[in-house]
Amino acid sequence: MRISIHHRTVYRYERPIVYTIQSLKQTPQEYAAQTILRWRLRSADGTPMPSFLDSFGNRTHTLVINKPHDVVEILVDGLVETRDSAGVVRGAPEPFPIAAYLRETALTEPDGALKELAEGCRGAADLVGTAHCLMDKIRARIDYRVGATHVETTAAAALAAGYGVCQDHAHAFIACARHLGLPARYVSGYLAAGDGSEVYEASHAWAEIFIPDLGWVGFDPANAICPNQTYVRVATGLDYREAAPVRGLRKGLAEESLDVAVRVIQEAEQQQA
Amino acid sequence: MTEPAFFDEMTLADGAVRPAYKELSDWLTSTPAEQFRLKRREADILFRRLGITFAVYGEGGDPERLIPFDVIPRVLSALEWAYMQKGLEQRVRTLNAFIWDIYHDQEILKAGVVPEALILKNSSYLPEMQGVDPPGGIYSHISGIDMVRVGENDFYVLEDNCRTPSGVSYMLENREVMMRLFPALFSQHRVAPVDEYGDYLVQTLRECAPRHVEGEATVAILTPGIFNSAYFEHSFLADQMGVELVEGQDLFVEGESVFMRTTQGPKQVDVIYRRIDDAFIDPLTFNPESALGVPGLMNVYRAGRITLANGVGAGIADDKAVYTYVPAMVKFYLGEEPILKNVPTYRCADQDSLAYVLDNLAELVVKEVHGSGGYGMLVGPKASQAEREAYAARIKADPSDFIAQPTLALSTCPTHVEEGVAPRHVDFRPFVLSSGASIRMVKGGLTRVALKSGSLVVNSSQGGGTKDTWVLEE
Repeated sequence: MRISIHHRTVYRYERPIVYTIQSLKQTPQEYAAQTILRWRLRSADGTPMPSFLDSFGNRTHTLVINKPHDVVEILVDGLVETRDSAGVVRGAPEPFPIAAYLRETALTEPDGALKELAEGCRGAADLVGTAHCLMDKIRARIDYRVGATHVETTAAAALAAGYGVCQDHAHAFIACARHLGLPARYVSGYLAAGDGSEVYEASHAWAEIFIPDLGWVGFDPANAICPNQTYVRVATGLDYREAAPVRGLRKGLAEESLDVAVRVIQEAEQQQA
Repeated sequence: MTEPAFFDEMTLADGAVRPAYKELSDWLTSTPAEQFRLKRREADILFRRLGITFAVYGEGGDPERLIPFDVIPRVLSALEWAYMQKGLEQRVRTLNAFIWDIYHDQEILKAGVVPEALILKNSSYLPEMQGVDPPGGIYSHISGIDMVRVGENDFYVLEDNCRTPSGVSYMLENREVMMRLFPALFSQHRVAPVDEYGDYLVQTLRECAPRHVEGEATVAILTPGIFNSAYFEHSFLADQMGVELVEGQDLFVEGESVFMRTTQGPKQVDVIYRRIDDAFIDPLTFNPESALGVPGLMNVYRAGRITLANGVGAGIADDKAVYTYVPAMVKFYLGEEPILKNVPTYRCADQDSLAYVLDNLAELVVKEVHGSGGYGMLVGPKASQAEREAYAARIKADPSDFIAQPTLALSTCPTHVEEGVAPRHVDFRPFVLSSGASIRMVKGGLTRVALKSGSLVVNSSQGGGTKDTWVLEE
């Protein structure tokens, strides 16, 4: 499937600020089920953005604006060819040691309730079964509700509240998987919906766990399915903080308003010649 | 109960004076007690004038307190130093190889020499550092290796400080003050100088500049500011090296570089000797609340465009459970037998060790694996029953957070105290400078002394003092 992505992030300030710095993880890597046909990430003012690969293999750009400005605008324009691999991620860059994906993080530290939920899936026939069990239980226990949680909400808090967004579902899934000794990670990306799936967020997040015989396998607990060809995988990390599309700081006192527009479209199949 | 026999570095059990102390011993006998009191007051005035003070965390009180200084130097022979130097070089080469390995291929974990979970689940292992290539492969440019002595030829490493070892300013100032107080004593001894330390440090840092730097690298010291307990040392070292002392707000990232604001406009910085902890060094990557650091510094670091000394994530080598594997690391990375010994250590993470430790708390020293500076430790023989019971509960709650060691019979050195000259327990922190191209050390270090009779705790935060350390030239 061909998926085109237009993602525009605009920060506006009521009066000029003097300095902005942002780390941007908005560049997907190729793997067996994902080919990048076109990808452009730029700052609307033309500021060059140097980049590096982080610990997880994410292409990370740094945007610095060191002069008075009242707008920061980041534009993504991409076209990606995807294939359904039943969630299995093969051929992605894997620079980070697998056992280190067992680390607890502040956002994914399991409390008693998460541990109990996880323990309820121990009896599954195999690890794939365990993961599906976790996915279904988390989806049942955390209702989808926008705006009720925020980027710093922990997995434990989301489960206690009983509602959240895809990020919260992913964190709860990761917390439970790690509790059961399964290496797990957070994935940020895009979802080209319109295929009848229950939840729709163009900017999306899900999780992957490492299963010895299969490698990394994606699970989208918000939709209770494994990612298919409608998913574009962009960045990974131990939790949201490391895979966040934007992490930024600014100098200057001014009210900020954020405007995000994401258009993710399934392109019509190309005509065969 | 018999008193444990302590090794005194001046006088042997039979009353004989060890050769290195011969002149000093004569001087001690011939100097009237009043003279020591006068010199001590003079030393206080000199230290106040130099501005060397030390703030102790969590104590309140006088932030301008002086660390007590003892006017009687500690003496090490040329032979003793040669042995230690060789051992220290080997140990620091090993520690740097270990940190590099941990943040790259992790061969030592794959070989099963160090347990994988101890490192990968350790809060001192920083995932953000995986795959970063610091210039020269060096993470611990400045290492402070804490050593103790229990016998004529018995030296042990007590702990490794690869994160941010402090105290070198005391080594330098103690010497400065001693030379002013007792010039005649220096003419009777061939004492190795320590004043090249500042030159060695700046040479080491410049050798570690990023590869793209041509000509002399620009070095700066990054301090958390004047409220930090070691601020004096930061400004002192900037002065010794002839480099700028900056705070986070004086630096900024633009393009692929770090700049400092100067009166002549922004100036690119190549090497930062940073005295800010990892968690606070870059709010864009680590603690977002930190106002001390430089946003984006890690991005430039990862791109290989700035050198940070010490390297980020070096603290994994300071973990006290990791410490227990250092002798095995020496063999693993260098294929050599370790020259310096470790103190036998019980890892409470091991079931058998835990049981032993809990049964023998009264004889042991127990430490938190992430602790430093003598905070949060239990000295079993000195603790009350209630203190031991409370500590045992902490150990049981999270055994892997603790290690235990036998109470060491630290050597003693003659020290001037209220009652006159008496033996007091000492330890030693030499400073090892590594650039990858070379390892440099001045012949000396910081001797800390427990001023209370019988006390084995030398930390300045716990009422310890310092002494000048004399390494005799052949």
